[in-house]
Amino acid sequence: MAIEMLYFAWVRERMGVAQESIDPPAAVTSVAALVDWLAGRDDTSAAALEDRVRLRAAVDQNFVAMDASIVGAREIALFPPVTGG
Amino acid sequence: MIRIHVSPAAIDIGAEMALVEQTGGAGAVATFTGLVRADDDVGTLELEHYPGATESALRLVAEGATTRWALAAATIVHRVGPMVPGERIVFVAASAPHRAAALEACTYLIDRLKTDAPFWKRETRGTEATWVEARDTDTAAAERWKED
Repeated sequence: MAIEMLYFAWVRERMGVAQESIDPPAAVTSVAALVDWLAGRDDTSAAALEDRVRLRAAVDQNFVAMDASIVGAREIALFPPVTGG
Repeated sequence: MIRIHVSPAAIDIGAEMALVEQTGGAGAVATFTGLVRADDDVGTLELEHYPGATESALRLVAEGATTRWALAAATIVHRVGPMVPGERIVFVAASAPHRAAALEACTYLIDRLKTDAPFWKRETRGTEATWVEARDTDTAAAERWKED
């Protein structure tokens, strides 16, 4: 099933898009595996997602750790650590 | 009453205060207003957020306040988009029967929203725009987002 990806702040700028639909293979079941799969697609994605330590994620708008499951997810967001209101 | 509002529009404190005071049941209203600082020649500050998730996160913060203190109202109004130094970026209010709860809840609201809501800041100095790096305290806060 297609997953809607959202990117924010410098992740969005480096990816070159704010949003995209993806359809990763079934073997990709965690956020970390998804990031690896996205980065493996092309040079732009690889460069944008290179700094894994500074990446955070949300699955269906719930903020999660990188080892969290993405099984059944409809919307996944990747972004830098928040910098406050 | 909980009011959450995230918008590029300027924050009208008079209108927000009127909403809080009309709620009733309150003998005290405590408020906090955050302004864009003119640090290091910052010309503009742009605030990006995660629409939908931001409002949910702020609502959780407000609900956290209403479960800890007996509040008549809790308000969080946050601006997004481009701003210049001196402009209001955030307004929070807590009303309660007595001042101690209102003051404590107001502090809680602003402390929690600083770390719990998905906002990202970009500062422009001259023609150069840079994303504000998360402080260690922000990173520690992000760790708390891990699912338990």
